[in-house]
Formats: sequence, structure tokens, C-alpha cells
Amino acid sequence: MSVHDATTKAALPAEAKNQFLHDAAEHVRDIDHRSFVRKALGGYYVTRDSQKAKYRDWEHARDAAALAKWSAVNRLDELLPLFVTNFEAGGGIVHFARDAQEARTIIVDLVRASNAKAIIKSKCMTTEEIHLNDALEKEGYVVVESDLGEFIQQLRGEPPYHFVFPCMHVRRGEISDLFQKHLGTEPTQSPEELTMIARRYMRQLYVDADVGITGANFLVAETGQISITENEGNARLTAALPRVHIALSGIEKVVASLADLAVLLPMLATAGTGQPMTCYNTLYSGPQKNDEPDGPREMHLVLLDNARTAILADPEQRDSLHCIRCGACLNVCPIFKNVGGFTYGTTYQGPIGSVITPHLRGLSDWNHLSSASSLCGACTDACPVRIDIHHHLLHNRRNAVRASPKRLEHIGHQLFAFVAARPWLFAAGGKLFRWSLGFLKKIRPPLLRQWLETRDLPPAPPKSFRQLWKERS
Amino acid sequence: MTSEYSIVYGRTVSEHALRLVPLSFQIPHHTVHPVHIDLFIPCFVDQMTPGVGLAVTRVLERLGHTVEFRPAQTCCGQPSFNSGYWDEARSVAIRALDVFEGAQAVVGPSGSCVAMMRVFYPQLLAGTPHETRALDLASKTFEFSEFLVEKLGVTDVGARFPHSVTYHDGCHGLRELRIQQAPRQLLRAVKDLELIECDEAESCCGFGGLFSVKFPMISTAMAEVKGGSLARTECEYIVSSDPTCQLQLDGWFSKKKMKPRTIHLAEVLAGGDA
Repeated sequence: MSVHDATTKAALPAEAKNQFLHDAAEHVRDIDHRSFVRKALGGYYVTRDSQKAKYRDWEHARDAAALAKWSAVNRLDELLPLFVTNFEAGGGIVHFARDAQEARTIIVDLVRASNAKAIIKSKCMTTEEIHLNDALEKEGYVVVESDLGEFIQQLRGEPPYHFVFPCMHVRRGEISDLFQKHLGTEPTQSPEELTMIARRYMRQLYVDADVGITGANFLVAETGQISITENEGNARLTAALPRVHIALSGIEKVVASLADLAVLLPMLATAGTGQPMTCYNTLYSGPQKNDEPDGPREMHLVLLDNARTAILADPEQRDSLHCIRCGACLNVCPIFKNVGGFTYGTTYQGPIGSVITPHLRGLSDWNHLSSASSLCGACTDACPVRIDIHHHLLHNRRNAVRASPKRLEHIGHQLFAFVAARPWLFAAGGKLFRWSLGFLKKIRPPLLRQWLETRDLPPAPPKSFRQLWKERS
Repeated sequence: MTSEYSIVYGRTVSEHALRLVPLSFQIPHHTVHPVHIDLFIPCFVDQMTPGVGLAVTRVLERLGHTVEFRPAQTCCGQPSFNSGYWDEARSVAIRALDVFEGAQAVVGPSGSCVAMMRVFYPQLLAGTPHETRALDLASKTFEFSEFLVEKLGVTDVGARFPHSVTYHDGCHGLRELRIQQAPRQLLRAVKDLELIECDEAESCCGFGGLFSVKFPMISTAMAEVKGGSLARTECEYIVSSDPTCQLQLDGWFSKKKMKPRTIHLAEVLAGGDA
């Protein structure tokens, strides 16, 4: 249910662009919402900067983090098998899934085989990517999200608004109303009280659940451990209390060593949420062993490809596999802040989502996200692992043109190149443009009309620079 | 991003020696070895804001340098490049390489168009026979404010501008060329000018070339945010190094009947009584 919206959009990809244009136009009119989101992120900028200042050299730390991911991604053929060997030595079982369908089937089969009735889940964007909750619910299972933000979104019947802050767009009062409606609790404005309501509701569910589903932030090859980072402690309970623990992870989450993890964990926290470290950082090594008093009896890891090897095969955009899903690029993106998270219609919103969604769902239907950018580059500057995000938007645009140029647009650019190659024609064209600008403003042809609806155009000067220069000498 | 053209822009031996002399005895900056500068006038400046080109010329000539405009130049090709039509952009870029062949220094009054030449030409022409020439042009193409401060070593150009101003960073200048301090250093040295920073100095104005007409609602929302922040400083002028950012901001202010107006940095520096 939580991803119903996104599923609908994925099913009708041809409409993705129209949907985007429509939703963006709607959203920018909602001044209250925009300023609410802006204000919510205002606090983030302050804490992030104060944490960054504690690094001896933040830029150098970015280099180190980028190198850790770069070397892992470029040695994936070696590190992934190493991770699998070490993970299985700890008693875990690995399953490989080529795409979303395979991953869903594997997980549904695992759940069925465990005779599960109740399932608890911690936050994991990869499960959103494969629409796992829908698949499980179709099979009759009840899945409860244990991350507070995701839980709120699940009750609202919405996908996450932001892949790190899923309900950042929801106000306190709305959460209170939501809990009142679904959980029958008393209204309150206190964040602590709201958290306690969710906590009380959740505790018994952990005990009752047969299967716990989590994601993974990193897969440490040298030790075969899964690293999970969280702020609420819910992922620990999700992984530790139920009999069966199933983790889902993209194959690009592999890192070589614990030393690399020591760089990446604080970077993830600082860039993503402005924390020195996320509150809980846990390494999972396998299911309960004979001499251990507790822990899940079975531990499964589903490793998902879903177009990641296709990105790996593209040297130009391979670095987009560095992404540690910190969300820093969303937090600084003027597009995200003005159109909001739902407008994208994707699992991964914001700049990194615009880069990778065309790979996940097809370039022709999702290239509009790459076009919907002023290429300001704030995302690239914010990225802790130095993904060349805004330049990849340019690459996507070029690839889309290569795959299927739009006829009229193509002619326009050919004409432009023809004129630009001939200074006399360029000067004459410029003169004609300046001379007719007043008239054009009246008849408002396309493109000019889009401009004039919200902005004025100055009158054209009588003479161009080249004319003035000629007269000068 | 720093390039090694110290032979052209570096000081002579005697000028180096001058650095050891107390400041009060130093000769004014305009005695620096004159440089021959080729103007790179972006198509938008050529057709819509020619005054900016003249202002650049005035400032550079006042500092004792010689300025040339090669009329064969047209456009840098950025509109096609940003739209994904790289083949068309490439042909425009190769032409620009021919036009600026043999130049000592190419200086343009737009961070965006200079970024196209410096950052994107080498990418666009990578693996072609023109790659070396693209790198060569990239290494001697400069944005106006960075050229003055980083290459000529000048911050005080003898200008006077008795107004309060705020500075709008253009994204290409800021993040592709890493220019942030140069325009501010120049502004601080202007007589009777008061520089006030806005709270969204690094935010994009939302122009983004064809983005502004393909996604007008997002572009305008961005102008609201940036324009609002600039207006809150209550400055008389918004100084910019990118004429197309000015187009966006002025267009929005004018539509909203708001007071502030933009002015190009070169026009501020060209004014004066010194």
C-alpha cells in the first residue's frame, strides 16, 4: 500500500513526464508547503556545517570516502564473491536477484517457507525500489514499518517523500491526527509523546513478528558483515527478535574493509543528517550460533542487481554506484525544495534519483528528470563520495538525444549551429531578433510565452556589441 | 583550475623586486606589463547587453592593457550542449577554437559561457583531434573578475559607486570555475560602495538556459527564492557576473513590480572618478 502511488506511475511510464510537469506546477503554487520544507532543512544546514567543521579537512575526507567507494565498485568482481564467502562462513544464506521481480519472488518464498504470520520491517529504500510491501500484502501478509517516519508514511498510504526523511513534509498536528485515527490515541503536539505512542504500539509487534526485513548500508567484504545504520534502534530489534532475518541490498553496497567503513559511516551521518555519527551502527555477522543466547535462527541476504551492472558497465556514470543514500544532494537541491519529493514519481528523489532512475526504469521515459535542472551543481558539491551528479544529468540528456532525437528540436539545434558558423548570418539574425522583439512579445510564440508568463523581458538595445565595436574603432 | 600562464601575466623581475619595497612607495598597478586581451563576448551580451562588453573594455584599457574583439566569434554552443545535442555543440566549439587561435588571454564577462569553454570544451572534444587545442584554449580563458584578481593581481580598479549592493553568485562561476572571492574583493575596493551579503548567496536564480522555458514553473519558483533573498538585503543594486542571471532576476523583479535591479560587475567597475 505504501508504494501504491509509485507502482501506478511505473505502470504508465509514458505519462511520467506529464505527471511530473503537472505535479511540479501544482506544487510550486503551494507556498506554505515549500516554505515548510525549506524551514525544516534550515536546521539541517546549521548542524551539518558544524559537524563538517569538526573534520580536520572535509574535502580530504570526501576524497577518502570517494576512493573507498571507487575502489570497491571497480573491484566488485573480486569483492562481491569475497563478501559472499565470508558471509556464508558466518552461517548466513545469500540469494542473488537479477531484477525486482526475482527479488520479490525470493523474499515471498522465504517468508512462506518460514510459516510467518507477522512481518516487521525497518527502513530500506531498496525494498521500495522493488515494491516489496505490495508483493507481500498481495500474498496476505501484514507488514509493519518500524522506522517512525516510514510508519507514518505507511499509515498515510504514501511512499517516502525523501529517501532519508520519509515524512519531512508532515506536520506534527497531522501526525497526531493520524495516530488518533489509526491507533486511537489522544491528540498531542509533543514530538516525544508522539514517538512514545509509536514505540508502545511497536514493542509487541517485534515480539510477535516471525520475520524481520531490513536493508543494508554497507556490506563489509573482509569480514562478511552487514552494516546497518539507524537512529531509532528499530532496525536492531527488527533484525534480532524475529526468528528469521531477511536483508535486501544492492550489490553496490560492498566495501572492502572495516577501515573503509570507518571513513564512510561518519561521512554518511554528517552529510545526510548533520550528525557526527548515526545513533546506532550495527554489524551483523550471521544467525544465532549454538553458544549464543539469542538472535534470529535464520539469516538471509538478497543481493539485488536491478540495472546496477548496467551502470557498472558505463564508465562515465559508474561513480553513481558510489551513492551511500545519504540524501545530502536532495537537501541542497533547489529543484527538490521547490517541487517536493512526490513530484519525481520515483523511488529515489532529487538529483541522484534523476541520474539513476533512467537506468532503473528506462531513459526515454525518465530523461525529463535530467532536463528538469538548472545544472547549478549544488548536489555535486554536497556529495560526500564525489559523484559527478550534475554532469551526469548532462550525460543523460546527451544519451537520450543519441537514442532518439526529437525531430523539431534537432532541426532547431542544427539551424543554431549553422547560424553560429556564419558571423554575418549571426549578426543579421541578431538584428532581426532585436528589431522584432517588441512584436514577438505581443504575439508570444511558444518558449517566449513560457518566459513572459512570470517574467518580463527588457527591450532590445538598438545596436549590438559588434556594431558598437566597429563604430568605436 | 589554475593554469600556468605566468609568462604572460607574471610580473617582470623589477616588479617582483617592487614587492620588497614598502607599499607606499609602490608604483600604481597600471604600470604592470600590458597584456593583449581578446574579448569573449557571449551571444547574449552581443545582442542584448552590449554595454557590459564596453564596460569590460573600459576597465581593462584603463589598467593599461590592449583589448581586441574578433568579430568572427558568435556563440559558445552551450544551448545545444546543455540540451544534449553534442554533435551540434561540437561543431560550434571547434569553430570557437579557430576563432581564438593564437590568443594570449581570452576574457569574457559571463561565468557560464567561460565555464563552457574552460570546463566543457575539453570534455566535448575529448578523443577528437581538437582535444589539445581545446585544453589550450581552456587554459587561457578567464572570467572577467577572476582575470583581474587572479591573473592581473588587481583588486582596486579605481572605481566609485556610491550605492549599497549585494552580490549574486552565478552557479557556473561559483561551482564550475570556483570563483567566489574575486568579485567580492573587487567590490570591496570600490569607493563609496557598501557590500551586503544575502542569506541565499549560493542558491541558483533558476535561469539554467532552456530550463527556464522548458520548466518555467520550477525556474520561477527558484527566482522567487533567490530574488526574495536578494531583495531582503534592501540594497539598491544586485551585482552579478552573469548577464543571463540578470535577465532572470530583473525579469522577475519587474513582473513583481519590485524595486531592486541588477547590474553587471564590469559596469560597476567601469564607473568612477579616479
